[in-house]
Amino acid sequence: MALLAQYVIGGLAAGGLYALVALGIVLLYRTSRILNFAHGDLATFGTFIAFSLLVTYHSPFAIASAGALLITGVIGAAFYFLILRPARDASLLGKIVITLGFALLLQGTSTLLWGTDTKVLPFPLSDVRVYRLGGLVVSQISIGSFLIGLVLMGLVYVLVQRTKVGLAMRAVSQNLVAAQALGIPAKSIFALTWGLASALGATAGILLAPVALLDPSMMLDPFLKGFSAAVLGGIDSPPGAVAGGLLLGVIEAVFAGYVSVRFKTTLAFLIIIAVLIVRPEGMLGREYKRRV
Amino acid sequence: MAGNAAAWAGGGDPAEKLRRVELRERYEDDLFLVRGPAGWVAAAVLAGGLAALPLVAPKYLIYIASLVAVNAVIAVGLNVLVGYTGQISLGHAGFVAIGAYAFGIVAARIPWTPAAGAWGVPWIAGLIAAGAVSAVFGLLVGLPALRLTGPYLTIATLGFGIAVHQVLINWEWLSGGRAGLFVPKLTFAGRPLGDAEIYWIALIVSAALTVLAFHIVRSYVGRAFVAIRDSDIAAEVMGVSLTTYKTTAFAVSAAYAGLGGGLYAIVLHYLEPNQFTLLESITYFSMIVVGGLGTIPGSVLGAALLTILPLEFSGFRQWQPVVYGLAIIVVMALEPRGVYGRWLKIKRWFKTWPF
Repeated sequence: MALLAQYVIGGLAAGGLYALVALGIVLLYRTSRILNFAHGDLATFGTFIAFSLLVTYHSPFAIASAGALLITGVIGAAFYFLILRPARDASLLGKIVITLGFALLLQGTSTLLWGTDTKVLPFPLSDVRVYRLGGLVVSQISIGSFLIGLVLMGLVYVLVQRTKVGLAMRAVSQNLVAAQALGIPAKSIFALTWGLASALGATAGILLAPVALLDPSMMLDPFLKGFSAAVLGGIDSPPGAVAGGLLLGVIEAVFAGYVSVRFKTTLAFLIIIAVLIVRPEGMLGREYKRRV
Repeated sequence: MAGNAAAWAGGGDPAEKLRRVELRERYEDDLFLVRGPAGWVAAAVLAGGLAALPLVAPKYLIYIASLVAVNAVIAVGLNVLVGYTGQISLGHAGFVAIGAYAFGIVAARIPWTPAAGAWGVPWIAGLIAAGAVSAVFGLLVGLPALRLTGPYLTIATLGFGIAVHQVLINWEWLSGGRAGLFVPKLTFAGRPLGDAEIYWIALIVSAALTVLAFHIVRSYVGRAFVAIRDSDIAAEVMGVSLTTYKTTAFAVSAAYAGLGGGLYAIVLHYLEPNQFTLLESITYFSMIVVGGLGTIPGSVLGAALLTILPLEFSGFRQWQPVVYGLAIIVVMALEPRGVYGRWLKIKRWFKTWPF
């Protein structure tokens, strides 16, 4: 039983990161109906920026991470303004392919600038220092990143549900033409969403870097898991993204602990496919209705 | 527009003018792959040029051309699914892997008699197995796809591709694990085939499958696919069985991917699980979107473009993803309907000039 609890704790720590990644994907999908395949690579890019600010320019951690989040957000918004918006004649599939191209571009740029060798991101919380909570062992960094993740999710919730900007985001996602007719600056809202989602991804990257090793393909697996978590929870539902991420993390950790580490990713996808067969709109997604 | 053209031209033989702008009177006219004497001449020149390529080209170029032929098969199949039926697949590398390993196992592990080898049986049997096994998996993936659309289908197919990759890496008996699986060189009448002959095999199979795909999409099956893509509800109301045709589309597309995988094994002689990652699925997907969704020639063009481009830049390996990504972005930003869509626009402009 203690072992199971230990696996669950480990799974929640990983799942918190999946949830952060998923949240960024869901925010973008809700407003623009675009699956952003560059999300993971943009997050890696942001983590590398934090690494450079920390190691090359010796800035304090808070400034470095804030700077990295800001720069990543600006890159995300710039991608929307400079590439996606001029190509608005493209079909939805075409736009998805553009984000795939952007992902390759970012990955290549990270490799050119920082090389393929793995790096260690200095992080104020320790991976080695652990706390014992009634027989369970928890590392300082998992507690820290889980709490940071929870705070960020709360902030996103407040932003989307309780502020005027969030109201505008929801309006744009529900009916773009009507929102524009009512005077909502849709362009700025889209750009803001891109920036926000990118910064969320970069946060996940910075939190992950001390546990995984920082290299240009660091975010590939977390991105796929986050994407799956978003779909599992329902791709237009932020609470679904969080629930999906945590659930996926726990299932993976328990399966890896008891059965097989090697097939844990395979299992994760099989479960998602099974859930989707029963509920094609994900766990918390809106019921799939269409006007004929 | 045709009538206008004749009226504008004034005198002369109106029928002649009409023929110049190609008045199409029947629906079937719209569906020919090769049109008119000029089209047949162009097709013959293209076929002759491709067939004669090994006589003039250096060895590495023959290899690249063989890869283009292989990828064209996969891209054409994927376009039948994505471009014509409107179902997304980001797991096509999984079908390609299944086909490649089916071929490898039939050709390398089954003890064929030399006589069978002399008739080329192992590779023909291998190709058939590659297509058939892959088609069965296509049916299996097509079943959950009946209920899923958009991002949900994307994740389901993507998960399938990753699952195949993981199984191949971890099931060493099947795949030879990280050491890989060596596929023996093809022999005919006891003599191993050279690069040029392998290129011809790839070219002939690829050309035959491309023409077959063209005939599939212009048949009633293809019209059912297009109806499902444009509106599945309307298609169902008109009597198109979604179950039958969606799973058929998946099976056809997977069979093409499997045959492409078999050809890939023939061309490369060596299979390894990491040749079939998510990146490959993304590359196949990019091929058809860059080439032109819902067009057979576009699939071939896209396959050629995205196969040659990264190989040409292999000298600057670290620049390859940057160039590749930029190329995709630029093509999509300039011409949303793909390279073939742009080609059609240019052709129309010249045909209707000066209008």
